[in-house]
Amino acid sequence: MNYTFTSKTKNICFILMGIGLLSLAGGFIADSHRAWPTLLHNAFFFMAIGLGALFFMAIQYAAEAGWSATVKRPMEAIASYLPYGAAIFGIVVIMSALHMNHIYHWADPAVTTEGSPVYDEIIAGKSAFLNPVFYIIRTVVYLAGWVLFYRSFMKRSEIERLSLDVKAWKKSQSLSAYFLVFFAVTSSTSAWDWIMSIDTHWFSTLYGWYTFAGFFVSALTVITLLVLHLKSKGLLPEVNENHIHDLGKFMFAFSVFWTYLWFSQFMLIWYSNIPEEVTYYMDRFENYKFLFIFNLFLNFFFPFLVLMKRASKRNYALLKVVGVVILIGHWSDNFVMITPGVLKDHWHLGWVEIGTMLGFLGLFGFVILSKLASRPVNNPTHIFYEESVHHHI
Amino acid sequence: MSHQSASVREPLILGEKTYHQITEDIAKPIEGKANNLFKILFTISALLALWGVACFAYTIGTGIGVWGLNKTVGWAWDITNFVWWVGIGHAGTLISAILLLFRQRWRMSINRSAEAMTIFAVICAALFPVMHMGRVWLAYWVLPLPNQFGSLWVNFNSPLLWDVFAISTYFTVSLVFWYTGLIPDFATIRDRQVKPKMKRIYSILSFGWSGSAKQWSRFEEVSLVLAGLSTPLVLSVHTIVSMDFATSVIPGWHTTIFPPYFVAGAVFSGFAMVLTLLIIMRKVLHLEDYITITHVESMNKIIIITGSIVGVAYLTELFVSWYSGVEYEQYAFLNRATGPYWWSYWSMMTCNVITPQLFWFKKIRKSLMATFIISIFVNIGMWFERFVIIVTSLHRDYLPSSWTMFHPTFIDIGIFLGTIGIFFTLFLLFSRTFPVIALNELKTILKSTSENPKPPHH
Repeated sequence: MNYTFTSKTKNICFILMGIGLLSLAGGFIADSHRAWPTLLHNAFFFMAIGLGALFFMAIQYAAEAGWSATVKRPMEAIASYLPYGAAIFGIVVIMSALHMNHIYHWADPAVTTEGSPVYDEIIAGKSAFLNPVFYIIRTVVYLAGWVLFYRSFMKRSEIERLSLDVKAWKKSQSLSAYFLVFFAVTSSTSAWDWIMSIDTHWFSTLYGWYTFAGFFVSALTVITLLVLHLKSKGLLPEVNENHIHDLGKFMFAFSVFWTYLWFSQFMLIWYSNIPEEVTYYMDRFENYKFLFIFNLFLNFFFPFLVLMKRASKRNYALLKVVGVVILIGHWSDNFVMITPGVLKDHWHLGWVEIGTMLGFLGLFGFVILSKLASRPVNNPTHIFYEESVHHHI
Repeated sequence: MSHQSASVREPLILGEKTYHQITEDIAKPIEGKANNLFKILFTISALLALWGVACFAYTIGTGIGVWGLNKTVGWAWDITNFVWWVGIGHAGTLISAILLLFRQRWRMSINRSAEAMTIFAVICAALFPVMHMGRVWLAYWVLPLPNQFGSLWVNFNSPLLWDVFAISTYFTVSLVFWYTGLIPDFATIRDRQVKPKMKRIYSILSFGWSGSAKQWSRFEEVSLVLAGLSTPLVLSVHTIVSMDFATSVIPGWHTTIFPPYFVAGAVFSGFAMVLTLLIIMRKVLHLEDYITITHVESMNKIIIITGSIVGVAYLTELFVSWYSGVEYEQYAFLNRATGPYWWSYWSMMTCNVITPQLFWFKKIRKSLMATFIISIFVNIGMWFERFVIIVTSLHRDYLPSSWTMFHPTFIDIGIFLGTIGIFFTLFLLFSRTFPVIALNELKTILKSTSENPKPPHH
């Protein structure tokens, strides 16, 4: 069974992309200081969802999970955005590191030049790590690494599709182990590089895992929404409400996990009240108060209270509502992670930010739906297919 | 639970077992006589425990001045042991709760003994903060009781008080979870007993379990509820233990990664202790068909994952201490790695980060001997981790004129050895009086995962 990417859906994607291009272009013309962090924010948010989906797929192999075999195609489709997302994000980040904008303070050579009026001793102390050359090398390693892993996974997926051999699956399992090791290191270091270094003075050891928790729960949500979309089209009949229930549990559990890390980072910094650390939250609490607090409602209280009940994890309509709320919540959380370090209190959340987000959404949708339409959505040669079809909890 | 099992999955019950054979195999240690190996192990453990009790008594009689603490290092051996034991106490509930939620069927042969171990470890852990109060007879002052019971009201702002609540809750829920699982198994033992006295004891222990469908249905429901309750508890306990340190302004203690990193480390050490115990127990009690190489391999995979998480956290701390540009932070880590306690830092690194990576090799992962040795390494490494965090951060503080070293006294060492004695004594007693495998639960997967010829698919 194939997914048909109808011309109506395609047109919606194109319209969204058009809105995005117009907003972004308008944003750059009106105020490039505002457009740059928006571009970085959206490029990161959507790319990270692709990465999160790839991570979740690798986990399925490593853990020898049986239940998820029938929802593997949607995961692959979401991961297929990774090469496009990485290309866009890579360009934005490299331009930023070359000081073509004011996202990264450390990228300004004057800041680390002794004797210059804007010389900053703390940033100069970090320049062995935060300098454009080393930074760009690291960025390329992360992005190229992930994309290469994605490509290997897709090659292996074709081999698995055409064979019933257990060995084919075992090889994919080894590939997953390599990817997970690479991911374990790069998911943290890339978060320090790309996002933590925006607030250049500030540091938090938990930052990498916190960033990961945010994009992972977003990826789980997109997987769920895509599966529900396919089911609404009459596809994936072998996915029953038990699978959906499991996906709902993941959304629930990792919303709680994100909150756990949010709380750990916030509480420890608040409690100790050390000036060099607490500034991060002071900026956010003074200038972004509403979003800062509202994020907790979107990302914790709402999914926690709504998805607590078993029945609500089996209610497709409700899951869709919660999914959209979680995605808005983490998009907004990324906004509060990125913008304050660049724009301080001169921020906006208007047509530039939302329009750019819609544009990326259009591209993201177009890429993953095209991928989904390119091959059958079911996966009957998976070695755990039978287990997954008979999944019942 | 899925009834279909892919052919790629290894059997979890070896040999051509029948339902009856499972009961026989698991009831045997309770019904038979103790062998010499058991008697030797028990004597050693009990003597060690007695030695610990003597050191406890001496501490209470004389005061905690008999420990090696000084004015700079006000926390050392005692809190190291406390955190070490609490960490070990994480595996049991992780296995019974989180692995239940993840439907890991290999959990069934090991959950009972892992939960027992959890409870004994938490008991050992709790002894240290109680001891450190000095006047243990006033220990109830840690509870928020009305003022006529004591002159002090507890400080709710202190993570030490959060610890009191976290650990007592964890202990209670773990105990209830463990006991609930035991009820049907005690009933099975009761029904097999021929001696009236024993029958009476097991009949009390089994709360009159009759095995009706209604009881089973409630049993399953309560198990799921307890699993749901225990999951956040597993995370909360070591999170709060980590906050004992991380809420401070001590370099090396105050770092935001502590909560999840402590939890990962706790699971890591807990699984190491489970492996240490089970590799011996399966041999002594002849449970090789139930605790198979596949079980050991699965646990070793958890050791790799949690060990690697801990490794990433160590490197993150190290990097960020440099990146922060804060001189105190930088010195704290330089001092750990190259200061007078360098040997403890490098023991920790070797045991916790390097040795578990050997499990990437399938041969080592499937070797009982290698697993046993590495599990001991991890136990040692995790003790050093807490020692490194606690002592090296304190002994050179903000005031160089107060810099000093910590030397444990023989009482410190005696109490630690004593808790190991208490732990093993309790575990050995457990292994001869309790069904060490959840036999009734295990029977539910016999059809789908045993080596028995499989019934046709339905």
